[in-house]
Amino acid sequence: MSKIGVFICHCGENISATVDCEKVAAEAGKMDGVEFATDYKYMCSDPGQTLIKKAIKEKGLTGVVVGACSPRMHEPTFRKACSEAGLNSYMCEMSNLREHCSWVHEKSEETTDKAVDLVRMLVEKVKNNKPLNAIKVPITRKALVIGGGIAGIQAALDIANAGQQVIMVEKDPSIGGHMSQLSETFPTLDCSQCILTPRMVEVAQHPNITLYTYAELEHLDGFIGNFKATIRLKAKSVDYSLCTGCGECMTKCPSKKIPSEFNEGLGKRTAIYTPFPQAVPNKPVIDRLNCTYYQKGKCKVCQKVCPTGAIQYDLPDQFITEDIGAVVIATGFNVLNTDFFPEYGYGKYPDVINGLQFERLASASGPTLGEIRRPSDGKIPQKIVFIACSGSRDPAKGLPYCSKICCMYTAKHAMLYQHKVHEGESYVFYMDIRAGGKNYEEFVRRAIEDDGVNYIRGRVARVYEKDGKLIVKGADTLLGSKQVEIEADMVVLATAGVASPGAEELAQKMHVSYDAYKFFSEAHPKLKPVETNTAGIFLCGACQAPKDIPETVGMASGAAAKVIGLFSNSELTREPLIAVVNRSAPPVFSTCVGCFMCQTACPYNAIEREEIKNRNGEVIKTIAKVNPGLCQGCGTCVAFCRSKAIDIQGYSNEQMFAEVMALLNV
Amino acid sequence: MQDTQNSPFGGKGVIGFYPGCSLKGSSSDYSESVLAVAKAFDLELTEITDWNCCGATAAHNMNKELALSLSARILALAEKQGMEEVVVPCAACYNRLTVVQHELNKDAELKQRVVDIIEMPMSGNLQILNVMQMIDKYVAPRLEEKAITPFAHKVACYYGCLLVRPHDILKFDRLEDPQSMDILMKKSGAQPLDWAFKTECCGAGFSVSRTDVVAKLSGNIVKDAADRGAEAIIVACPMCQSNLDMRRPQINEYLRENINIPVLYITQAIGLAVGLSAKEVGLKKLFVPAQFA
Amino acid sequence: MRIDQNSIQELQQNTGINVNRCYQCGKCTAGCLLADEMDYPPSLLMHMLQTKDEELMQTLLHSKTIWLCVSCQNCVTRCPMSIDIPQIMDYLREKSAEEHKINPKSRDIVAFHRAFLDSIKYTGRLYEIGLVAGYKARTFHLTQDVMLAPKMYSHGKLPLVPEMVKDKKGIKDIFRKTKNNPLNSPQEDLQQP
Repeated sequence: MSKIGVFICHCGENISATVDCEKVAAEAGKMDGVEFATDYKYMCSDPGQTLIKKAIKEKGLTGVVVGACSPRMHEPTFRKACSEAGLNSYMCEMSNLREHCSWVHEKSEETTDKAVDLVRMLVEKVKNNKPLNAIKVPITRKALVIGGGIAGIQAALDIANAGQQVIMVEKDPSIGGHMSQLSETFPTLDCSQCILTPRMVEVAQHPNITLYTYAELEHLDGFIGNFKATIRLKAKSVDYSLCTGCGECMTKCPSKKIPSEFNEGLGKRTAIYTPFPQAVPNKPVIDRLNCTYYQKGKCKVCQKVCPTGAIQYDLPDQFITEDIGAVVIATGFNVLNTDFFPEYGYGKYPDVINGLQFERLASASGPTLGEIRRPSDGKIPQKIVFIACSGSRDPAKGLPYCSKICCMYTAKHAMLYQHKVHEGESYVFYMDIRAGGKNYEEFVRRAIEDDGVNYIRGRVARVYEKDGKLIVKGADTLLGSKQVEIEADMVVLATAGVASPGAEELAQKMHVSYDAYKFFSEAHPKLKPVETNTAGIFLCGACQAPKDIPETVGMASGAAAKVIGLFSNSELTREPLIAVVNRSAPPVFSTCVGCFMCQTACPYNAIEREEIKNRNGEVIKTIAKVNPGLCQGCGTCVAFCRSKAIDIQGYSNEQMFAEVMALLNV
Repeated sequence: MQDTQNSPFGGKGVIGFYPGCSLKGSSSDYSESVLAVAKAFDLELTEITDWNCCGATAAHNMNKELALSLSARILALAEKQGMEEVVVPCAACYNRLTVVQHELNKDAELKQRVVDIIEMPMSGNLQILNVMQMIDKYVAPRLEEKAITPFAHKVACYYGCLLVRPHDILKFDRLEDPQSMDILMKKSGAQPLDWAFKTECCGAGFSVSRTDVVAKLSGNIVKDAADRGAEAIIVACPMCQSNLDMRRPQINEYLRENINIPVLYITQAIGLAVGLSAKEVGLKKLFVPAQFA
Repeated sequence: MRIDQNSIQELQQNTGINVNRCYQCGKCTAGCLLADEMDYPPSLLMHMLQTKDEELMQTLLHSKTIWLCVSCQNCVTRCPMSIDIPQIMDYLREKSAEEHKINPKSRDIVAFHRAFLDSIKYTGRLYEIGLVAGYKARTFHLTQDVMLAPKMYSHGKLPLVPEMVKDKKGIKDIFRKTKNNPLNSPQEDLQQP
């Protein structure tokens, strides 16, 4: 027998201005099953809550309906109050008389009638409510960080410094990412590697961090707090426990002409190599695709000269499995190459380069030791043109978004060029200057005012080569759209930031959403930037969208904080408003027929298969089972289920019908 | 009429030929060379009966509906005469016909209006081939073996604006630095050069009304080709040929130097490569003489 | 500045182009081969349309720009917003001719187009001698290219007799029916030279 208490809130004047709250309370009191009904000015206030608690205790209420604002505002408030008075919090429901009634109608009898109807619906629902308890899920306190760039490094250090275990997986032979390729960083012109390498070493030496380089995520199974990660350790052909990093093998390797990925194709490396001298770990791997031994069966020079016998050919890739509680995705981004642009030569002109290649030229450890030289003939360019927005903000080329960092790094490049080539002339063709960060605007002004970089507002229609010069045909829109032609020695394209290769496959492996440009999707664009829609998987850095280093580091610490928060309890508490497959006594066990349409439909991979066995251990039938750790209570499975075997706790079919019938039966 | 049963092209039916006004008039050498090459490769082309002018630039500049109707009449005639494919050597006519067919297929109301004007049905399913596509399909497979007198010269292949643009409608070759003509010339034994003015306009219809503009635009083209060492410029458009060749005195005046590089149609170059005589390919009609045969 | 929303809406209805998509990058002007002859290069023309200013629209209808554009498609090919500028030019050309606003310096160009269309109207196929005669009659450039004609004839490039379409009525009907198009040129321009 239900004894429901109904509490109507005036919400100051928000509800009472259009709805006759006293009348609603009076009408509610007449409803079947309602033991007590009253109204009050501010139900969420202390006295209001006390009113509810008193009524629960004195009248022995079995359910509570609060007619007030939206549940999104105060459902937790009222549920907590009920719980404190000894009533299960899920026996308390709210009827939205504000957003759904008083705020959208004029004052009239009909409005009040509607309010009464809304209360009636919830009263009928609560009659069908069952007490529920929060779900507890155990947590493995180990984090997996995928990606060893600045984002991954920051996240890993934060989590490790909080005393938790971290596994870092990086697909390249060294950590460091794109930041290690930069020469200087804006707006301070700090040497990029000088600020990065100490962090890299910290990661390698941290007792709480296990670092796997030249490794990739193979599988990810499980759910928040309880993932199982299978990691492929690609065969390095070098035993790191024996290698001392002396570098003899690299000196003696006869294959010296392989284009260096670290130098963006502008320099060469050997087949056994470390990407750069400050690599962490500073031990080489063998590139099997370009190694004479692996391709032709000859050579083995490295093995002969190695003083510790660390070279071990022919080992296969290894697989390891780790139990993980949370994942942080920090896989970074890429920039387009110059071959993407038909109007700039389809990549056939060696002196048309992209921003990352310019970084390698400007870098002291680069192929030209920090001198800006033309890749074609090694001469120092006297006239250089920078073209901003190459590929970005270009719906015709399929990339309508802005890549955010190019205005800043173009200004930086122009400044570096002027600093290194004093008599040189630099030009920047731009559309807008986006310098929104701290000290960014001042930085760009320095380029224009102090370093004499020529900024021309307009874009470049085409670049072609004639007699060793690059003819740049642009326009100056601030001069009434005047054509501008420059004979340049070098052209640098600020190419668009795009998702790193393999991003789509990785997202699919982890069931994480991604957008049309293969950037990973955050759970909410404004309020949940470091979470994904998959519980327990967080993201940070440029894998979500192109961004600069301060934002990346901030986001990485944010993701780390989420992980640390998750790990701060030994168990995870979740709302019980999830789907449940019915179970009953043998021989039925469940009305579920085992069609598993729900499993196919579930967007969160929350449905598993459960084998029902008899006493002899034989499987009688296989039915669906909801994983309480993953289910988000969306209800898609309920819609699909053809035997009505699955239902949402707190929003069951019964409860929903009761609400609808309450409206129709009056 | 083509014997469809024994046709080497699998009995596909009649292959139409739309010469357009220039090929019948001031660019008759183009027509001669196209037909001569077709004959040399056993390709029978059937001229569309009673074709009209496509309207070229003048029509779409002055009156949109007139431009659509004139081109639509040609398409309707080709369909009526049982043609599935039409070869259109003039780049401007090729561009107009393809674009008009596309526009009418996109907009049913507009198509109906135009059909009412021309008083002929039109389904819009023709395959319209430019001269390069015709060569690629019917000549290129046997070109290398038949090139007994290879056209062994350095050439600058000039495509002009209308063969590759608008790309999403024409879907032919690539936008900047196209390669189809270069590949064909290589097969004919030539050495195609990489140069910068492949698709920059020659001045088009301004030959009479603004000859100074043609002198400048075509002059820049000829100069770049000459600077790169071209011995001939190869074209596939009668307007371009006329501007680069017939207007050479004005070009030389603009450039203040005399450049004597001849301008040949691609079919003339291919014709010479497979052993046709200069007369057969209309080489004598060039203003800037070509001493290749 | 008088704003006329209608003119932009009319443009959009006729061409399907929304001029507000142009973000003034200038790539069209940068690649336009005629830009230095034009009074309003393409990106500037786009911005003039974007202002929806009646006066600027009139300026464009009176400009040399619209007649100098050769529709080479360089601009729309490279435009990041794929704005069909040649179509806008065609639209402005028709409007300019219909409203008698042709720039005096562009009269020769228009005369050529009209002489071309006249020639087709009566023979269905272009008669080059007729075209040039018509052009000279409209422009009085009587001695232009006189040295060219004999050379063309001797090179076999100047047929003396016009090629005629058999269905002359069909062609005339097309001209007559499209004459009633609101964007058509007025009747007197299609009379015989």
